Amino acid sequence: MSSMKEMTSLFDGKAMQKWLIALVVLGLLASVLLPLGQLFSKAFYNKNGQFIGLDNFVTYFSTPALAGSLNNTLYISTMTTLIAVTLAFLFAYALTRSGIRGKRVFRAIALLPLFAPTMMHGIALTYLFGNQGLVTTGIFGLLPFQWDIDLYGPVGIILAEIVYVFPQAYLILAVSLAFADYQLYEAADTLGANHWRKFFVVTIPSVKYGIVSACFVCFTLSFTDFGAPKVVGGQFSVLATDVYKQVIGQQNMTMGATVGLLLIIPALVAFVVDRIVERKQHAAVTAKSKPYRIKENRLRDLFYSILCVSVSGFLLLLMATVVLASFIKVWPYNLTFGLDHYDFSNVAGEGIEPLWNSILVALLTAVIGTAVTFITAYTIEKSQVWKGLRQAGYFLSILPLALPGMVIGLAYIFFFNNPSNPFHGMYGTIWILILANVIHFFAVGFITATSALKKLDPEFEQAAESMGISQTKLMWRVTIPVCMPAIVEMAVYFFINSMVTISAVVFLYAADFKLASVSIVNMDDAGDVAPAAAMSVLIVFLNIIARAGAEWIASKLRKRTTGSYQEKGQVA
Amino acid sequence: MKKWHYPLLASVLSIAFLAGCGQSIGSQPNTQASKAESTTASGEITVYTALEDDQIKTYLESFKAKYPDVKVNIVRDSTGIITAKLLAEKDNPQADVVWGTAATSLLVLEQQGMLEGYSPKGIEKVSPEFKDSKEPASWVGIDAWETAIAVNTKELEKRNLPIPRSYEDLIKPEYKGLIVMPNPASSGTGLLTINGIMQLKGEQEGWAYLDKLHANMAIYTHSGSKPAKMAASGEYPIGISFGYRSITEKKKGAPVEVVFPTEGSGWDVEANALMKKREIKPEAKLFLDWAISDEVMKAYNQNFAIVSVKQEGATLPEGYAVDPIKQLIKLDLNQAAQNRDNILGEWEKRYATKSEPK
Repeated sequence: MSSMKEMTSLFDGKAMQKWLIALVVLGLLASVLLPLGQLFSKAFYNKNGQFIGLDNFVTYFSTPALAGSLNNTLYISTMTTLIAVTLAFLFAYALTRSGIRGKRVFRAIALLPLFAPTMMHGIALTYLFGNQGLVTTGIFGLLPFQWDIDLYGPVGIILAEIVYVFPQAYLILAVSLAFADYQLYEAADTLGANHWRKFFVVTIPSVKYGIVSACFVCFTLSFTDFGAPKVVGGQFSVLATDVYKQVIGQQNMTMGATVGLLLIIPALVAFVVDRIVERKQHAAVTAKSKPYRIKENRLRDLFYSILCVSVSGFLLLLMATVVLASFIKVWPYNLTFGLDHYDFSNVAGEGIEPLWNSILVALLTAVIGTAVTFITAYTIEKSQVWKGLRQAGYFLSILPLALPGMVIGLAYIFFFNNPSNPFHGMYGTIWILILANVIHFFAVGFITATSALKKLDPEFEQAAESMGISQTKLMWRVTIPVCMPAIVEMAVYFFINSMVTISAVVFLYAADFKLASVSIVNMDDAGDVAPAAAMSVLIVFLNIIARAGAEWIASKLRKRTTGSYQEKGQVA
Repeated sequence: MKKWHYPLLASVLSIAFLAGCGQSIGSQPNTQASKAESTTASGEITVYTALEDDQIKTYLESFKAKYPDVKVNIVRDSTGIITAKLLAEKDNPQADVVWGTAATSLLVLEQQGMLEGYSPKGIEKVSPEFKDSKEPASWVGIDAWETAIAVNTKELEKRNLPIPRSYEDLIKPEYKGLIVMPNPASSGTGLLTINGIMQLKGEQEGWAYLDKLHANMAIYTHSGSKPAKMAASGEYPIGISFGYRSITEKKKGAPVEVVFPTEGSGWDVEANALMKKREIKPEAKLFLDWAISDEVMKAYNQNFAIVSVKQEGATLPEGYAVDPIKQLIKLDLNQAAQNRDNILGEWEKRYATKSEPK
């Protein structure tokens, strides 16, 4: 107990705050900025470590294959963004501003792709639209028509990316659309504006920041995604697969770093734009705003019902196809069911073990990531000293938003596989995977924690101080319990993303410690597509369990907090 | 307020505290701990290999029987990846041993001074063309593998096409869009196929041939196995792959015929080597001794028609032609290794831009 007291006294006062701030900033410097610096500098050196200035970039742009993939990637991302944001907007509009039935089901289905690694969307598409796919062959000739969409290449990548980014765009737009000032619509009605005019003059301006932000998120995600192009890209190369090919196929680390820098550009732009948008959006809704009222309109509801059924039907079809394919013995020649593909012992990818490894990494990432991001957010939000350093800490904490996973992975190879680095011992262990995941998903956890902490009145701190209650005690007794829903949310976010991520860990996984997502790529590479499908199904299944568990805890917490408010009410 | 959550939160926070330390100064002890572990934990070696996943387990059985206390960490990937990993880790080699990886790749490592010469026990039994001529040897081969074409008979029947028998057949216009082959940058099979073609036709005609083949190519895959598996599933009916993989797909019951091209097959040797590092473990040498021993040679021979130690009275693995050695074309591995960068560069320049946005 005495050590507890010591710790308590350590946590108290301005000195402790300074320690924490220093620790947080140093930690972020060491795990974000320094590796990144290493990566940047690598791009200006040749294989033998001589400084060559911009030569790598000159080589890049004069190699048609490489320069071509920049064009390809831009094309993919633009198309994906246009289609996904349009669909997600309509979908979100349907769920927030129409009277259709089954909104909760539609919402749940729309979020389903979040539970799957992006390779899975690609695998689903091959079983539907590949040369032996259900649609391509008209269910093996059962149907009178066949439809070949020429999947391998841009078509396949764009389709897979749309599936991947759709839920993200939907979530952003649903939030934007949920906040509206109905008074504006009433005013428009009085002025005699028709539907279209209202839509363009009131609705669109009120959600423009949401649209901008959704566009950037979709663009960045599809610009940097590795999983889908790997599976359905065929010969159509994109930047992310180029990085992989340069580093892993051609042994050319410096060119990998060069492409990695290109990969980061849109993410950085998005990051800056997002910061600006964030600031502006605050003013949009005021306390005087009236919530949106959904008027009755049969035709509109019919249209949106059809839309939602088609979109979620397609998403379900993809999932169902992968599940089906994972149980079919030999697609397309022996269509009997069996569990053969769930026995991973004789295919590429080292058996079932990668799944256990993934679960372990995801659990540890969830615990450590949540704790670290929460403490970071707490330190930056609730300390009163060193404002400048805290702002630097804030910036470093949200900077990972601009870092594609592949960039983190590469940067960590350069940084940690350097024997003169004191943290060199982490290389090739589970810890570097966890660190990469924590940093990769740091920003969202941090923002969640920060906004939860912002809701707490700073008067708590002042009151505690005047009453001589330590900050630690306050944190245990008030801050953490109140923030518990956010903490659960952060943990499950870290868990799910660690289960599905491939981009950073594909460069970092250890000798005897392969992850499930890596083994999916390996199996697909080796042509074992059905076992890769089976592994994806297992990941989705576990993620759904995790999400359901989090919902269950959250509902318990809600009950408890409403209960305690009532208690308080009685006391008062 | 109820306090049920107190221990939970305490543990979360203490973990968080430790983790927070782990990110900065605190990871020092962590580092040392893992270093100490690797020096004291004898009986653990890391083996990089490009052998096929489904073979490794069977092969390792006899090693585990012989040395039950030695833990073997296998890192397996395509030839190009294993080579890349080894080169990337040049300053800090993770592998102790390389096992069953293309000799042309090991020769690249040798040029970079990354291999430690070691002549394993029994090296005298290995045929000279399968091992380094120096003493001690930098690399020792275990088997040779060669180009083979897996052809899906069902899908070709549907299209009324004959089975291609030679490289020349493959460039006929009727096979356009039906052929897949591995990318030589990542796949050893891809590289040896191209080496073979270059050797057969000479540089200039070789590239001219590849231009035509490229026109027929649907996609280039990452691994050498995938074309055979794609042919087996009918995704693309003709897969340029290697003997073992094409034959296993056929054995599994896929409607596949295995074709060894009439002009001969390109080939490479799957070989072993010892990594040069500060501390070379005795277990690594034991592993290399074992890796060319009779027991495991027999196991290799179950899958590969050509192994480096002549097997008396051994029967050919199922599916192979009478004399597989005759199928191999004349090929100088050293020259192939020296040309590796050039060939890959030229290949990349010519064929990596296959599709444009449509």
